[in-house]
Amino acid sequence: MSITFYLPKDAASLALGADRVARALTRAAAARGLDVTLVRTGSRGMLWLEPLLEVATPEGRIAYGPVRPGDVESLLDAGLAEGGAHALRIGRPEEHPYLARQQRLTFGRCGIIDPASVEEYRAHGGYRGLEAALAAGPAGTVEAVKASGLRGRGGAGFPTGIKWNTVMLAESPQKYVVCNADEGDSGTFADRMLMEGDPLTLIEGMTIAAVAVGATRGYIYCRSEYPHAFAALETAIRAAERAGFLGANVLGSGKAFHLEVRLGAGAYICGEETSLLESLEGKRGIVRAKPPIPALKGLFGQPTLVNNVLSFAAIPWILEHGGEAYAAYGMGRSLGTLPIQLAGNVARGGLIETAFGLTLREVIEDFGGGTASGRPLRAVQVGGPLGAYFPDTLLDTPLDYEAFAAKKGLLGHGGIVVFDDTVDLARQARFAFEFCATESCGKCTPCRIGAVRGMETIDKVIAGESPRENLALVTDLCEVMTDGSLCAMGGLTPVPVMSALTHFPEDFSGRGAKLPLAAE
Amino acid sequence: MPSHELGRGAGREPWDSGRAAGIIAEHARREGATLPILHALQETFGYVDGEAVPLIADALNLSRAEVHGCITFYHDFRSEPAGRHTVKLCRAEACQAVGADALHEDVLRRYDVAWHGTTRDGQVTVEPVFCLGLCACAPAALVDGEPVGRLDLDALADALTERAA
Repeated sequence: MSITFYLPKDAASLALGADRVARALTRAAAARGLDVTLVRTGSRGMLWLEPLLEVATPEGRIAYGPVRPGDVESLLDAGLAEGGAHALRIGRPEEHPYLARQQRLTFGRCGIIDPASVEEYRAHGGYRGLEAALAAGPAGTVEAVKASGLRGRGGAGFPTGIKWNTVMLAESPQKYVVCNADEGDSGTFADRMLMEGDPLTLIEGMTIAAVAVGATRGYIYCRSEYPHAFAALETAIRAAERAGFLGANVLGSGKAFHLEVRLGAGAYICGEETSLLESLEGKRGIVRAKPPIPALKGLFGQPTLVNNVLSFAAIPWILEHGGEAYAAYGMGRSLGTLPIQLAGNVARGGLIETAFGLTLREVIEDFGGGTASGRPLRAVQVGGPLGAYFPDTLLDTPLDYEAFAAKKGLLGHGGIVVFDDTVDLARQARFAFEFCATESCGKCTPCRIGAVRGMETIDKVIAGESPRENLALVTDLCEVMTDGSLCAMGGLTPVPVMSALTHFPEDFSGRGAKLPLAAE
Repeated sequence: MPSHELGRGAGREPWDSGRAAGIIAEHARREGATLPILHALQETFGYVDGEAVPLIADALNLSRAEVHGCITFYHDFRSEPAGRHTVKLCRAEACQAVGADALHEDVLRRYDVAWHGTTRDGQVTVEPVFCLGLCACAPAALVDGEPVGRLDLDALADALTERAA
């Protein structure tokens, strides 16, 4: 009888040796005359356990991890095929405390199915959302999205239903649906995991959007740092086309939707939606002034719906189960689930999808198990390079857009990066400016010049050169950047800088004066 | 279209403007064709030769300045060939949180190279990159497009040896 194994080919799993494990397993099985099927899946998101090898048994899938190539023989000896006992045995993954506490609406299939298989996707509930959307019609679909309370998961948190409504009502012979898959924030990897592990959910979400707003063409703008996600999307698009879910006549509805994935070229600013549109048009990724908003005048001047990967990926569940069912999760005005990404100096990093409202401390301690180094936690950056650094005293802030804003932070795309007590917040503040200087599109002066001047001024502070005066200058500069920048790149760079200054002033005392460089 | 496999040591063909013109023609009718063309050229030749600028400008009805501006705006495109192997080291915060800065100093010292530079034997080009989405197994790198997690000097050397094999 054939034994079915499941092993991720998610980039993080590959980074930890999944392909070497696959080769070792195939070789060892052949040597033992075992008939083996190896399904390459996405990751379940328990990244400290990757590569996580699963085997199908009558009791369900049994997982082992982290598996190294050298473990394969002993696993087979221990009765791996029957889910036998072994030091690496995790048991049923869905019973693992890390997964059992989650509410996986968007990531329900990720890590479970073969991402390239339309058949498996359908067998796990795929395309029921599209069927519901076709039955509901455009207005009914947009109503469901409004009722869900879904806010853009890219970071800005704009109500998705309102955006969809605007594009639906715009009149034009050509409209576009564009997916912002330029996930450039440090500490975020949910988009990548979804695109590699369950790309058809994104494709289905975009197809529903296209039918709802009346668009016939769509683009996924995928960053070039994600070559595996790009390849997975291409494969999934071809599969969806062959199965009649994309193309000239979607599911026999008479509606056309042609979808293409485009590769970015290493520019963080292209995660800003207007820069992204410029880039898709074949130009430098320079920010556009708004208005006009892309919903009315977007790609090639046409009405364009731009949403993040996770926003589109939430749509199939919403259409299948209804907007109200989605809105039943969450807190306040942050409804539904948030795919949280836990990374940096943390013992158990990974993806956690739960309803909004968990506190940072619950995520870091209960899921993450504290720092990886075992040293005390000192700072947590939430929301990517433009997000605030929070000290321990702010860890009881719930994951909620408004609660974070009240603490001068931002939830962004849900990335949490943990730092232990070896972190130097003056250096992190300097890095925020350096990053902005490197990645600014250069269109507006506060961002282009401000970032460079900010870096120079922080350098003076670090060197112990008139720290008080120079910090006053940094504060002033941050105000100018906040108020005067054209987009969030320059406008939010002050967030990490000022949060570091506010919560960790002791790091800006000019301790660097003791360094040889300044002691000359 | 060819599938883009960034930095996989692709691009071994010597520059040939006739071949380049063919690649450009293949993509020219696509909407917003500049980036797909630049990626395809770089995949074939390993870089985008200056001779490509007027060819692309003519094919897409753009000015040469627009094409040049596009090539220089994006970090990915190079105007001269890289080394045999490309190592992209993540410099973003999640990697910093687990010691990436110190590791990068060690890497640059061991390979005697600066950021964006190529080792003297032409084997390895080292580039900074901001986030590979491998934040939970940091520090991270892409070696010829293949991800490496929990990077240290030995893991990097192993990955380069494996790629060379």
